[in-house]
Amino acid sequence: MQNALQIRNMTKAFGGALALDSVSLDIKKGETHGLLGSNGSGKSTLIKILSGFHEPSKGTEAYLFGNKLRFPLTGAVTRSLGLAFVHQPDLTVTENFRIGDLSTENNWAINWKNEHREIKSVFEKYNLDINPTVQVSTLSAVEQALISIVRAYEELKLGEGLAAKKNGVLILDEPTPFLPRSGVDQLFDLIRRCVSFGASVIFVSHDIDEVIEITDRATILRDGKLIETVETKNTSYNRFVELIIGRSLEGKATKKTNIHYDSQRLITVRSLEAKQLGPISFDISPGEILGLTGLVGSGFDQIVSALYGARDGTKGKLSIGSRSINLVNFSPIKALERGIAYLPADRLAEAGVGSISVGDNIVMPNYDNLTSGYILTDPIVYKYSERLAEDLDVKPNIPSLTLSSLSGGNAQKSLLAKWLQLRPTLLLLDEPTQGVDVGARETIWDELNKLTIEGSSIIVASTDYDQLAQICDRILVFNSGIIVEEMTGGAFSKSEIAECVYTVASQSQKGE
Amino acid sequence: MDTEAVLPENDPYLEKIKELENRISRYESLVKTNSNNLMSGYSAKSFFERFGLLFAWAILILAIGFFKPDSMFSWNSYAVMFGSNTMVVLLTVALIIPLTTSDFDLSVASVMGLSSMMIAVLNVNLGFSLSQSLILALICGAGIGALNAFFIIYFGIHSLIVTLGIGYFINGVTLWISNSQSIAGVSMSLVKAVILTRFLGIPICFYYAVILVVFVWYVFQYTSLGRRLLFVGRGREVARLSGVNVEYMRAGALIASSTIAAFAGIIYTGMRGAADPSSATAFLLPAFAAAFLGSTTIYPGRFNAPGAFVAVFFLSTGIMGLNFLGVDSFVQNLFYGGGLVVAVSISQLIRGRQQMD
Repeated sequence: MQNALQIRNMTKAFGGALALDSVSLDIKKGETHGLLGSNGSGKSTLIKILSGFHEPSKGTEAYLFGNKLRFPLTGAVTRSLGLAFVHQPDLTVTENFRIGDLSTENNWAINWKNEHREIKSVFEKYNLDINPTVQVSTLSAVEQALISIVRAYEELKLGEGLAAKKNGVLILDEPTPFLPRSGVDQLFDLIRRCVSFGASVIFVSHDIDEVIEITDRATILRDGKLIETVETKNTSYNRFVELIIGRSLEGKATKKTNIHYDSQRLITVRSLEAKQLGPISFDISPGEILGLTGLVGSGFDQIVSALYGARDGTKGKLSIGSRSINLVNFSPIKALERGIAYLPADRLAEAGVGSISVGDNIVMPNYDNLTSGYILTDPIVYKYSERLAEDLDVKPNIPSLTLSSLSGGNAQKSLLAKWLQLRPTLLLLDEPTQGVDVGARETIWDELNKLTIEGSSIIVASTDYDQLAQICDRILVFNSGIIVEEMTGGAFSKSEIAECVYTVASQSQKGE
Repeated sequence: MDTEAVLPENDPYLEKIKELENRISRYESLVKTNSNNLMSGYSAKSFFERFGLLFAWAILILAIGFFKPDSMFSWNSYAVMFGSNTMVVLLTVALIIPLTTSDFDLSVASVMGLSSMMIAVLNVNLGFSLSQSLILALICGAGIGALNAFFIIYFGIHSLIVTLGIGYFINGVTLWISNSQSIAGVSMSLVKAVILTRFLGIPICFYYAVILVVFVWYVFQYTSLGRRLLFVGRGREVARLSGVNVEYMRAGALIASSTIAAFAGIIYTGMRGAADPSSATAFLLPAFAAAFLGSTTIYPGRFNAPGAFVAVFFLSTGIMGLNFLGVDSFVQNLFYGGGLVVAVSISQLIRGRQQMD
């Protein structure tokens, strides 16, 4: 049997690091093929190469129904050859999608009545009960997802004759994390229907249970390498987990904890609620480093910005010692007054300004204290920030350079220095070491450790299990916006965390 | 220290360590000189960037002076030019404040026209005292700034749209309150305080503008407020998440801009002792051209008051010189319109280059 899609030696390097290391993969005609792997496994790089976002390294070859693909790919070419994508997290894109595109007639004057009837018949073919006249933005997340799949697949069939005959390959990139279980069922029905029409499907997911349910075969990537392609029905859940996280159990880190159990200075969060989040309650002791984790879409990453007052529609109570704060109408200004600081994950859009000097980026929250006699000069700012950056080993330590001229790790250290100078009571970090090299990580952790010795508490939201294992005293695992598991004791390994995250995600879905 | 004491004097490891230490210090000094070179290279380049427009100004004067030395090298020409461009300086300074927080204010020239006309109507037609008229004009300016800010910030509409609309609306109000007529006969004490008093041959109003330029320069460059304004403009989300009240900052900038525009209206009336309902709008483009051209000099890459000041007089010197050479008045449009596009292109180049290094 001929393969729908063949990939040979797909390799991609970012800087010196291999994101994909000669991956070779076949997708059979009419099969549903799962693509699994944890964060940084190379999964999304592979998809981005196929969608034309990245250009692979030399030596990469790919064939679609026997046609050799030329890199970099463009959407138009791949679509005409029979490859279509549905990227779930970009749901907003569908807002301006005209269902009318489904009509093949090239009329200047669109006959809307006809159009709607035709669309209705297309929907009926896929067993969908959706009114074609309503605006896409008013549909539920499930309906939007279903429409985008129908649209992608219909477009394929309406493309050049070539693709129509061969029925195409549909790539579904993480289609389910925002959907309830009933929605997932509907989506799976639709996928099965597409396959019955002759489509091949690549199903990219974090979720092992879904992969087991819907796929015929599955490929597991880890650290950019293809670990194994397995027959789904012969593979157990635990085997999948093993393949995804790797079998090697790294030695449990011996951490020194700086927790002081002091009820007078306990920080408590009570019934925190925000959009698709909560209610959540937890405590943090002085000197404790608390990790928050979960799958993408589980809401763990929203807690930190919610506690900082940076997110609209937050409810709940936060108290630091005896001071209680109502999170409704809480704002970053008020948070800073109470000794709470927040370092966002998006370094150059939320944490710092690339076109402004490193010195100003660091000193900014402290401008008023440095002003003497109504005057604040560049030399004062630079001198002060140079000292702060020195502590975090920022290289090069030239405060007049713009922030964007520093490497990711050094920019992150600078931005951490910005908040560390305030010695916050509660420091909130979102993916603090994303894109940060190993050396810089160590420096950041050392500084965080110093802060906890002084009695500050730190909350780290991250999907980097390695990092969580190394620095956290306790970890809260999230699913569907609530805490589902608490890992205590400080002695957990990277794979234990990963296992916990995957298990709770699938268990809670079964429970629904 | 302990290990050193234990090891014998001639231990081979000690020698090795010493050698490595030497090598490290050699590398360190190398890095130091490299970064010093980097710094000095940076400042040589930035020196030309900072003062390039001043050189261009001097060259312009010399070049035109070569053909028309009598008029080009006479102090009186400059005295007149400095005085008559006071409004442009004021409007340019008004513009760069919201531009720094990344908001456009297209209504400044209209506010200047309204304020100018209000003074004439209040003082001449309605018999208000001069000081009452001036204060009311300034309050009205601040009010328009607040109105702009309300629509821009509360409704989240782009500043270009809001200030374009409000500006056009104000033009209508100006025509309305003046019955589309020019009004003359404004109190002579205003004329005296604006143009009749001279220092070094230059009308006193020029020095008001200089004081404002110095003040705005100080605020932008030497206060925490000015630095925060820059953060608000370059990264609103960063500023918000760093505890800056972004809405207050933007509203304040828009109110300051309209108030300064209203002050420019006072100067405009005082310069002529009269007000007309339509000529003020012609000042908008020169002010924009100067604001953007000014952002390429003195503090390249930022909207800055001294740069704007130099830019206004660079452009007006060019126009004055071309007039001396007998070129018609259309040259004004060519110069300001072209100047704006060239200035924006240059500032884009500076920005692009900064991202590269």
